[in-house]
Amino acid sequence: MLFLLQDGITNGAIYALLGLALVLVFAVTRVILIPQGEFVTYGALSYAMLATGQVPGTALLAAAMGVVAFGLDLYGARRSLRLKSVARSAALNVVLPAAILALTYGLAGPKTPIAVNIALSLLIVAAIGLFLYRIAFQPLAHTSVLVLLIASVGCHLALQGLGLVFFGAEGLRGPPLSNAAVTLGPLRFTGQSLAVYGLTIAFIIGLWLFFGFTLMGKALRATAVNRLGARLVGIRTTLSGQIAFLLASVIGAISGILIVPITTLYYDTGFLIGLKGFIAAIIGGLVSYPLTAVAALVVGCVEAFSSFYASNFKEVIVFTLIIPVLLLRSLAAPAVEEEKD
Amino acid sequence: MAMSQRLPLLIFAAVMAAIPFIPGVPPFWIVLLNNIGLAALVAMGLVLLTGVGGLTSFGQAAFCGFGAYTTAVLTTAYGVSPWLTLPLSLLVSGIAAVLLGIVTVRLSGHYLPLGTIAWGIGLFYLFSKLEFLGRNDGISGIPPLTIGSLRMLDPGTIYFAIWIAVLISALLTMNLLDSRTGRAIRALRRGHIAGEAFGVQTPRAKLLVFIYAAVLAGLSGWLYAHFQRAANPTPFGAHASIEYLLIAVVGGAGYVWGGVLGAGIVVILKEILQSYLPYIFGGQSQLETIVFGILLVVLLQLAPTGVWPWLMSILPFKPARKMPDTSLELPARVRAPSTASALLHVEKARKQFGGVIAVNDVSFDVQAREIVALIGPNGAGKSTTFNLITGVLSSTSGAISVLGTKVDNAPPQEVVKLGVSRTFQHVKLVPDMTVLENVAIGAHLRGHAGAIASMFRLDRADEARLLAEAARQIERVGLGEQIDQLAGSLSLGQQRIVEIARALCVDPLLLLLDEPAAGLRHMEKQRLAALLRQLRDGGMSVLLVEHDMGFVMDLADRIVVLDFGTKIAEGTPSAIKTNPDVIKAYLGATA
Repeated sequence: MLFLLQDGITNGAIYALLGLALVLVFAVTRVILIPQGEFVTYGALSYAMLATGQVPGTALLAAAMGVVAFGLDLYGARRSLRLKSVARSAALNVVLPAAILALTYGLAGPKTPIAVNIALSLLIVAAIGLFLYRIAFQPLAHTSVLVLLIASVGCHLALQGLGLVFFGAEGLRGPPLSNAAVTLGPLRFTGQSLAVYGLTIAFIIGLWLFFGFTLMGKALRATAVNRLGARLVGIRTTLSGQIAFLLASVIGAISGILIVPITTLYYDTGFLIGLKGFIAAIIGGLVSYPLTAVAALVVGCVEAFSSFYASNFKEVIVFTLIIPVLLLRSLAAPAVEEEKD
Repeated sequence: MAMSQRLPLLIFAAVMAAIPFIPGVPPFWIVLLNNIGLAALVAMGLVLLTGVGGLTSFGQAAFCGFGAYTTAVLTTAYGVSPWLTLPLSLLVSGIAAVLLGIVTVRLSGHYLPLGTIAWGIGLFYLFSKLEFLGRNDGISGIPPLTIGSLRMLDPGTIYFAIWIAVLISALLTMNLLDSRTGRAIRALRRGHIAGEAFGVQTPRAKLLVFIYAAVLAGLSGWLYAHFQRAANPTPFGAHASIEYLLIAVVGGAGYVWGGVLGAGIVVILKEILQSYLPYIFGGQSQLETIVFGILLVVLLQLAPTGVWPWLMSILPFKPARKMPDTSLELPARVRAPSTASALLHVEKARKQFGGVIAVNDVSFDVQAREIVALIGPNGAGKSTTFNLITGVLSSTSGAISVLGTKVDNAPPQEVVKLGVSRTFQHVKLVPDMTVLENVAIGAHLRGHAGAIASMFRLDRADEARLLAEAARQIERVGLGEQIDQLAGSLSLGQQRIVEIARALCVDPLLLLLDEPAAGLRHMEKQRLAALLRQLRDGGMSVLLVEHDMGFVMDLADRIVVLDFGTKIAEGTPSAIKTNPDVIKAYLGATA
């Protein structure tokens, strides 16, 4: 019983991290980030591959996406090309991922310390997240939530397919961050699960502080509420979107690295994990960080208990959990008029 | 339907019927065409639901599952004839849609698509775990469709069943869209307030399209089960749902034929990618999903409305529209003989938003044959008062009655029935509908044909009278020239006039106009004033909010002045002009 609860909380903490990232991205860019799950698998499997001394294909993908982003920048500014802006774009889109690629090739090996592997995986996935926004979503930034959602599905399909190319159909596991363990009464806490709890709490507090108390955080929220208005008062909305995607990809990759020592991950596992983060995010109304975190813990526990008592219907139970919640939400807050298109 | 519109459909049907008889057509092409037809059915439902109605569903494949599994279970376990299971398959999909729809259509904005993702995936797992549905293996050995001694075993015979279903569904869907119910559905995407102000029951219209789309998906599932002669969970999962949405978006989510075209493009493209990509990139599977995903993003960036509208715009001929016959009459509203009570009576109406009192115990009357103006500085509570009268907002306290009938907190659909119609400060027209169609929404309550009657064209007499009334009102406000233009292509001033024509279609006793003269030129304002006087002399009353003081002073019989939600003056234009409180409110204390 207690063991199930512990299991549920560990999973729930991961869902909470993903839910937070989804809320973050939605609040800033209105994108419902289906590819969040791919950030998880990319982070986890890149880390697992680096641990075996191989260079993951994601490093190449980051470089390739950077080149495309550079091309888009050049095309977008083709009427007013200035050396300074071209140089800045080249530095961000070409030099940076090339440096990451070179670093990965240089450092990858069977004896590379875990910390270096983690840092490399995070760098690679962060670059992918950044370029994903530039390539897929920045040109659509003015469109409706629906168009963004469909584009998001397209990105998910492409990234998941690439995941199969990079990592193969076989599942991978990574080495644990620490082998320490604490026994407390009947429960045994591994260093891994303690890291999961700690990081989740740190992120929740960090995001809350960032959005509530820093100018940048407030600018990001302003962009979400009214893009045009935010631009008029001098907020660079493109930058806001990039930051949101950067944070989301880093959070996704961290979640992946945290769970890959516990469970075997396949190239398509991320989708389902991401969706459970979603359920938490939706229960939290896509706006509230603390509520999302609590909801994620509930989702994790429901999953743990239902996999024990009705393992066949685990997914059915988790996904139908959302319906009464949605119903309650729509009864509590009747639909308000929205100006669409 | 006019002959000119029927002809392309007949040609298309003839071509489709001829394809299997062309010598040398590979059987594989027929299989592909069958898959296109099956996908087109689902996509057509999505066109109505997502493209036209604005409700995005990421769970549509689950309804195919309901259709397929219903017939699979009944024919294999109970030996029911496949034709008998058709109505049952459609019924099960429909009932599932009612249950899910009641929950789903209440969701607003992005909650709705997210909700559909959730139950779509939940249902997929349910299909793959239930014992009597054969779990992950599904059900095989489903009997083929038979007519007499003809057993539709090979793709070439069931081809006809599939494409007849596609053609009939397309015809019924287009009929539905071109009707009273269709206009209500097409107005959904622009929000619910405008439709409801003219009596549209928005939740019911949403549920209707939801069920309609699900039944089409169920039909596709039923055909699929008898085509494959087996059913397993895979084609009813999240990825299939996403693919159907992709089909609708590629083809053109706002167009019935966009669904068919999109199905053709996507199914063929997928086939080509699956057969050629492995040659180019070696044996890796799933490469087509990568290309697919990238294509989807690129397409959205380049052509967000899809291929069909683009194809239509390069075709040299344009479909001619038929002018409504304006000699047809709708029965006029029965007007009660003049009573003692005022037409509109507002008694201490109050509206609080949290701590803000937007309307503070405001009282006034509007008598029959009277033009009353509601004026006041910005934020005085004028539009809120309109929303209280028309039922868009419910009042915190106070009483509002129309001809003695209490309407405070009545829904907008009930208020309009009493003969109170309105225009909006921020124009609420459907930009991609013509002026005629927009105005005809105003006559919604004066028509009676339902969805089923419209699908089978039993609504034509009713429809002709509604369009005739709309055309008359457009002529009356002086926009006869623009009757066939898209509402979104008119100037803002003209759009306000279209709104007045729409409000007149109600055959109202009281017309509420929210800043009707904003954006009009001088001559147009004079014409509007003349029209309003003419309406008053014909027995109608007008309550208007307006900032143009020259216009108001010239036109109104009486003026009510609000400031910060409180009534500060009421009287004839000449009395208001010299009222010190009014001058103070408009020009400040020192003036």
